[in-house]
Amino acid sequence: MRSMLKTSAAAIAILAASISGATADSLSGDLKIFLDTSNPAPRATMEKAIADFQALHPDLNVETTVIDREAYKTQIRNFLTANAPDVATWYAANRMRPYVEAGLFEDVSDLWAEPEIAEGLASTKGAMTIDGKQWGVPYTYYQWGVYYRKDIFDELGLSEPKTWEEEKANCQKIIDAGKKCYTIGTKFLWTAGGWFDYLNMRTNGFDFHMDLLTGNASWQSDEVRQTFANWRELIDMGAFIDNHQTYSWQEALPFMVQGDAAAYLMGNFAVAPLRDAGLTDDQLDFYQFPAINPDVEMAEDAPTDTFHIPANAQNKEAAREFLRYVVSPDVQTWMNNGENLGQLPVNANSSVDNDKFLVEGFEMLSTNSPGGVAQFFDRDAPAEMAKIAMEGLQEFMVKPDNLDRILQRLDRARERIYDN
Amino acid sequence: MAQASRAERRQTSWWHQNQQQLTPWLFLAPGILFFLFYVIFPIFQSFNLSLYEWDGLGEAEFVGLYNYEELYWDDAFYTSLKNNVIWLALYLFAIPAGLFIALFLNQTVVGIRLYKSLFFFPFVISQVVVGLVFTWFYDPTFGLLNAILGSVGIPPVNVLGDENWVTIGIIVAGLWPQTAYCMILYLTGLNAVDPEQIEAGRLDGAKGWRMLWYIIIPQLRPATFIAFVVTIIGALRSFDLISIMTNGGPFGASRVLSFYMFEVALSEYGFRMGYGAAIAVVLFLIMLAFIAYFLWSMYKEEKAR
Repeated sequence: MRSMLKTSAAAIAILAASISGATADSLSGDLKIFLDTSNPAPRATMEKAIADFQALHPDLNVETTVIDREAYKTQIRNFLTANAPDVATWYAANRMRPYVEAGLFEDVSDLWAEPEIAEGLASTKGAMTIDGKQWGVPYTYYQWGVYYRKDIFDELGLSEPKTWEEEKANCQKIIDAGKKCYTIGTKFLWTAGGWFDYLNMRTNGFDFHMDLLTGNASWQSDEVRQTFANWRELIDMGAFIDNHQTYSWQEALPFMVQGDAAAYLMGNFAVAPLRDAGLTDDQLDFYQFPAINPDVEMAEDAPTDTFHIPANAQNKEAAREFLRYVVSPDVQTWMNNGENLGQLPVNANSSVDNDKFLVEGFEMLSTNSPGGVAQFFDRDAPAEMAKIAMEGLQEFMVKPDNLDRILQRLDRARERIYDN
Repeated sequence: MAQASRAERRQTSWWHQNQQQLTPWLFLAPGILFFLFYVIFPIFQSFNLSLYEWDGLGEAEFVGLYNYEELYWDDAFYTSLKNNVIWLALYLFAIPAGLFIALFLNQTVVGIRLYKSLFFFPFVISQVVVGLVFTWFYDPTFGLLNAILGSVGIPPVNVLGDENWVTIGIIVAGLWPQTAYCMILYLTGLNAVDPEQIEAGRLDGAKGWRMLWYIIIPQLRPATFIAFVVTIIGALRSFDLISIMTNGGPFGASRVLSFYMFEVALSEYGFRMGYGAAIAVVLFLIMLAFIAYFLWSMYKEEKAR
């Protein structure tokens, strides 16, 4: 199986190389790759992918450095300027803007002009584009949605909600049964950003949400207030677990595992720890966040992780070859399957693993997200705005009465941040 | 012969004449150079940087005192400043606490060395571990604190999730190792207490509090001074506990200046080097006030001798 993969990968590499006018074997020198995939499973996947790439190019000396995922976010600024690798992982959309604007990422529009990539990756092109150029390639993405305890739903006679009314009715029954509807841990803020993404996209639609996050709409507008009013309905019901501001997203998992909370709005990466904690696929299920305003189209969050070539890279030719290799359909298929990353492949020609959550998520994103696909709150908004806003969201979840002060503060920050 | 020796003396005379004055400077030179380069120079660099708007990557733009004006309007800055003051005030509690534990342990019983090391233990373990232990202790659902409160009928409190309690909760965690530190300073200080003076005091009828206040504590003055300095410095660099226990939250209520500076300039979401530098300058001025006070009081003391 592995050798088959290798041959097919080799075939693709040769195909790609023949387009670029060089032979694959001519790659030589050093290729330095910096990764932020520090969790065990992604790390092993990446190391295997790199080993396979190395086998295709024996003359190339590939050096891999894996940096802790959180530390990477601050270190990237240093190594892009001072000691740039040839390939580095990062995130799509606004999250890459500071580096694009500082001229630290290489323009890879030429790769996107190649037919395989242009066709295979068309769906993520928008997220990789700034100023009409592409600055990297995606290698994985994953859906967000509501992961819930099917056994609790069955016990209480509930079904997956499709509308906001059903959602609230479900939630009321769960609360009456002495449980919480949702677990969440907002200590590191971004989980509240996920809730706001969905509530705002369902209330006001994808376009307004993007306007807001890019500074073109006011936080004190009626639309935003409506979003918060919807959110407040849940908060006033007591839908969320108490003391969520003290927990990280991992620390909020036990509430769901123990059955004290029925559901979790999260990315697909929550499935692995929930399974590890002993929940079976019969107990665990997934539904798309229900519609709130029937007049707006459904839109989803699907954060995309990416590879980039730093502008100061030494071996850009080999780096481009690596990018071609990572996004090729076969590599995408095995890299994202359940035994490896357990996420969705970015290449339209690759196949999704037979995992029930991946299948459902892929279907949701490809057929039931006509409004658009957002990256995530802190990737779509500039970093500074995201930080201040998510802090406000957390405060709102704990003290909903402070809403006016929070929105004023966010609008003041908006005027300062988007001004320059 | 005499002429030759005179010539020799003339050759080496400059070095010989100034040897006494020069040698200390030569020995100090490496230290001074490093101090200038790594401490003094960055101070001026920070001052300079605080006048710019810079994301750490692109071109820095000169904005004058704009960053300080921003600080003036920034609620988060005042929260941090207020928390710094609370830290400074409450952290000093480590000094009397350390003194009393030291007095308590300053006796000869079987196994006293073991007790002393157990009391000193929290200072040996990392601040990160202290932070984690207290985070679990305070945990609103599973924590020991609420289990204890519950057993006497007090409703559960979420210390680290309540913006009014969070700073005090973290300071209590910080006091645990800091008290141990002050204790060890006082234990060594107590070794140097003059037994004859205690004897004399006893003959004059001093005991209990009066003995402590008029005879012991004055003799512990050097230890108190050091304990004061390390506690003030410890309070101002209370970064790691905050980072571990709350990450500045809930909604920024537990930030102090050093943490806020890190957040705006160096953290995941921070790209405002100039603004961070402005906060650093304010923090520096606060520290400078304390250091100046210490130097001044030390100078006064030396002069009085």
